[in-house]
Parts: sequence; structure tokens; C-alpha cells
Amino acid sequence: MTTVSSSSQPVSGRLVEKTSSAISFMNDNRSFAIGVAMILVVLFIAYIMPFFIEADDARVGAVKARLSPTAEHFMGTDTQGRDVLSVVVLSISQTLKIAVVAGGIGTLAGLLLGLIAGYFRGPLDAVIRFASDVMITIPAIIILVIVSANIREMTVEIMAIIIALVSWMGAMRTIRAQVLTLRERSYIQIAQLNGESGFELLIREVLPNLMPYLVARFVMAVSVAVLATIGLEALGLGPQNSYTLGMMVYWSQLYNAVLRGMWWWWSPPIAMIVWIFLGLYLISTGVDKIANPRLRNRNS
Amino acid sequence: MTVRFVANRFGLFLLIVLAALTLNFLLPRMLPGDPVQRIFDSLMGYSGTFTGDSQAIVDRYNEKYGLNLPLWQQFFNYLGDLTRFDLGHSIQHFPAKVTSIIGVALPWTVVLLLLSSLISFTLGTVMGALIPWPGTPKAITGSVPGLMVLAALPPFLLGIVLIFLFIVVWPWFPAGGGITPGLQPGFNFEAIVSMVKHAAMPATALVFASTGFWALAMRGMTVSVLGEDYIMLARAKGIRKSRIFFRYGLRTAMLPQITALAMGLGNLVGGAILVEAIFAYPGVGTLLFQAIGAGDYFMLQGLSVVVIITTGVALLLLDLIYPLIDPRIGAG
Repeated sequence: MTTVSSSSQPVSGRLVEKTSSAISFMNDNRSFAIGVAMILVVLFIAYIMPFFIEADDARVGAVKARLSPTAEHFMGTDTQGRDVLSVVVLSISQTLKIAVVAGGIGTLAGLLLGLIAGYFRGPLDAVIRFASDVMITIPAIIILVIVSANIREMTVEIMAIIIALVSWMGAMRTIRAQVLTLRERSYIQIAQLNGESGFELLIREVLPNLMPYLVARFVMAVSVAVLATIGLEALGLGPQNSYTLGMMVYWSQLYNAVLRGMWWWWSPPIAMIVWIFLGLYLISTGVDKIANPRLRNRNS
Repeated sequence: MTVRFVANRFGLFLLIVLAALTLNFLLPRMLPGDPVQRIFDSLMGYSGTFTGDSQAIVDRYNEKYGLNLPLWQQFFNYLGDLTRFDLGHSIQHFPAKVTSIIGVALPWTVVLLLLSSLISFTLGTVMGALIPWPGTPKAITGSVPGLMVLAALPPFLLGIVLIFLFIVVWPWFPAGGGITPGLQPGFNFEAIVSMVKHAAMPATALVFASTGFWALAMRGMTVSVLGEDYIMLARAKGIRKSRIFFRYGLRTAMLPQITALAMGLGNLVGGAILVEAIFAYPGVGTLLFQAIGAGDYFMLQGLSVVVIITTGVALLLLDLIYPLIDPRIGAG
């Protein structure tokens, strides 16, 4: 709709043109800006707020149980005598940790497999693609359940690694497709003629061109990981001794918080999860526009 | 649609299911520890100490279940059992067979999932196509932010909110379950009304959460179809607007949606599992939830086998339907 075309303006110096296109991009890419702002709020709550709350109140039996919000407990307390505000604040950083570690491992694994599949093609490609197809076919939650149900004591770290299992396929497919088109470009072929070969070529010439896709995929993988961790935890397979948003949902479900009308207990983690999802979603659509310039001129 | 195409797809389906089943077999066995020992430990946790020779009992069970055999032999036993639809006995509901318990739960899940995905797919696709279409009322165009929120919501969280709104605050719907206790599921008026009432909330959660996803994806595709020459030609020829929308716009832009349906099937099933658990709906998801709580190892394995095969079959059907919608595929 609002295409600020720089070509119709008189050429008045490269700098002016560049800034104006940057501004128009930020204007176009409002979703990216809003998304970043939303995630900054989350980071603030996760890493600055803990200095202002009583962390001890998050322990079972620390405060009087089943209180609706009061001046002393802004968000009330749960049936086990925990201050809801303290628990929420402490939970966010753990959930983020799981999501970022899982998304990071997943994206890196996807990158590696995508590079291998796209560059070497042949049987290796077939095997990797088949594995990815199988993983996409099986509901992720089932794989997660099979693995987690067999682990004796779940921790935040193990959780992250398990979830990485189901978050590499997207990155693999994107990277593979990009490598397949990139390897036909003339500069790659020139580099090949110059005697560069194999993985060195991949790292030096192909990888830098994949960065935008990688960032977009990472954001998506993090959001998939948030969904996966919340789902697993809600099923009761999460780290029982840690504070995470999903475990909050689990405990509130276990003690029938919704049916008991304890809205101050079950609603904060849900609101927080939705907020995080929305922020990540907006960022990923924004990054998509950068990675995929053809999307820029579309209606937004 | 040629025989070769069908055979190809069927072969792929078998391969994928076999790979998934292998995964299901290998994963628990690759993890450290002994499954029987694990079950035994958790049973001891429930019922106090045991002074006898627990190792002897564990060994005995390992032998009984064939868990002391070499891995390849166990694998063939496992596949053999599967072909006979034998998934063992549930620990929680001993001595009930895993297959018979799942058999009761499966129809509930299939109906719920089928109905809700059909509704959300249709609703989301039509809405998504309308948003960028010229001349669409503002009410629909303005729904984009709302749809984005919905697309970002995992369905079971929406389910919790729905329980709060329509069961606690306004008690319009029954709290959990699949049918009024005492009523038998069947094709009589009373039973159907009760089942619909019970399924309404879980279905709403599933529909709402995925409508946004379909609408957003469809919007993107419609935008690119709108720029095509044949749309302009159709306009120039003076074809009726509604016909252009449905036959020229919607139909072409929909193709990737069907692919997305195939790709997203796994997520759909996963989402439904959690929604069922939240509403205590008597389907596969609730079974899974209870099996996790009780550490019912054989039930868990059986459920994952069933879910994997069901998803595989659904994918196969989708693959076979696809050429009917896109004639270019069948030829290849």
C-alpha cells in the first residue's frame, strides 16, 4: 500500500536515500519493532524484576495459602502457599532458557544437516530428508513424551536438549533449499574453479548468505520450543523442582485452580506465554521480510 | 491418478510408519536403565519397602517380556505383536488390554479432531482469502490483529480460558467428560445432545486456535494470486465477482494450504492431546495424560503407536486426495 519508492526521488546523495529507505523499512516493518519491544518487556521481567521481589516467597509454604490479590501479595498466593508474583517472575527466565537453548541447538543441528544435505546431495541428502519427513509426521509431543517418560529426573537442561530433538527440521529444510539455489550461482562456481572445495567453500562463501534465514529460523525454533516445553510440562513431564511457566500451568491444573475460581493463579502464566508467543511471532514475520525481500512490497 | 502414484505414496507411508515405530521401539531402550526396574521402583515408591530379592523379580519379568533377548529379536517380537494388534496389558488398568482401552477412546478423538479441523480449515481459508480481496467489508479486514493473537495461542491454553469463562463464570457447558454420566453413547437424541454439549468447548478451543493459523497463511497466498494476469483477464471478461473469488482466487491459492494441512497434522494431533487432557474428554489425549501420571509404560507405547499410525493414514489420504485438487501432481 505505502510503497515509498526511492527511484522516483531526485538523486540527492546516497546517504539521504539510504536513511529514507531505512525509515521506510522500519515503517513497513512495524511488526518487527513491536515484537522486539514486547520481548524486551519479557527480558526485563525475567532478569531485572527478580531483584525487586522476595524469591523465598516462591517456595512451598512460604506464605499464607489461597489468598486473592492483596496489597501485600499483588497477585495472590496459590494452594501450596507460594506467592504467585514471585513464582511467575522466577519462572520466565527458566522457560526462556529452555526455549533459547533448545532453539539454538535445534537451529545449529538443522544448519549443519541442511548444509550437508544441500551441498553433497545424493544418498546423504535422501537420508536426512527422510529423517526430517518422519519427524514431521510423528506428532512432536509423542516423541517428547516417549523420551521424557523414560527419564528419571527431569531438569531444565535435559528438557532443553529433548526439545531440540523436535526443532531442527524447519531450519534444515530452509537451509537445504537455500544451499541448493546458492550452489548454482556463478560466484560459487568461480570459487570452485579457484580450487576452493568442500566444506571450506560452504563455510566461507555459502554460510554468510544464509544468515538472515538462519536468524528467522532461530526465532521460529525458539517459539516452537516454548510451545513444546509448555505442552510437556502441562502433561506433568516437566522439571518438578524448577519454576517454569509450564509447571505453573501444571500445578494450577492439578489443584483445579480454574474450577476453584482462583483466577490470579492460572491466568498470569497464560498471559505471559501468549505475550511471549506474540512477540516472537511478530519478530519472525519481521525477520522474514528482511530475509525475503519479495515480501516487503506486499500489503501488511 | 495412476496405480504407480498410489503405490509410491503407499510405499512411502509404510516406510515412514516403520521408521516411526522403530524410533518408538529404540528410544526407551537406548536410554539408561531398565524399564522393568523403573516400573518396579515406582511401584515400591507407592507401596513401601520390599524385603525380598527384588532383582530376582526384575529378572523374571525381563525374561517374561523377552527384554533379555538380543535387540534384533526383541524388535521382531515387537513387530510381530503389532501385526496381531497386540500392544500388551495396561499396568494402570490391569488386566485390560491396551488395544481395547484405546479402541474405546479413539472414536472420541477422531470425531473431535475431524470436526474441529474441518471447521477451522474452511473458516480460516475463506477468511484469509477475503482479507486482501478488494471490496471486503472492514469487519473482516480489521480482524488481522485478532487472528494473530489466536494463531499465537496454543489451543490448550485457550481451553483453560474457555473453562473459566463458560464453565465457571457462566456455567453454560458441562465441566469435562464426554457425555453425561449414566448415559450410553449412541444414536439417540438425548445422547447426541449430551455429547455435542460436552464436545463444544474442546472443539471451540481447537477451532479458534487454528483458524488464525489458516487465515494468516491463506492471506499471504491470496496476495500473490491477486497479482496474476488471469485474475485481471477474468475481471476484464466481466465474470461475476463471487465466481472470480471462489473459482479463480480461492481455488489456486488454496493448494499450499492442503500441503500445510499435511505438514501441520502432527501439530494438530499434539494440540488435541493437550486439549483433551484439560477437558478430561474421554479420548486418546486424556488416556495419555493418565498414563503419564501412572507411569503406565505399555499404555504409553501403545498410544504412541496408535497416534503415529493414525497420523500416517491421515497423511496418506491427504496425499491421495491432492491430485484431485491439483491435476499437475497426478501426472508426475
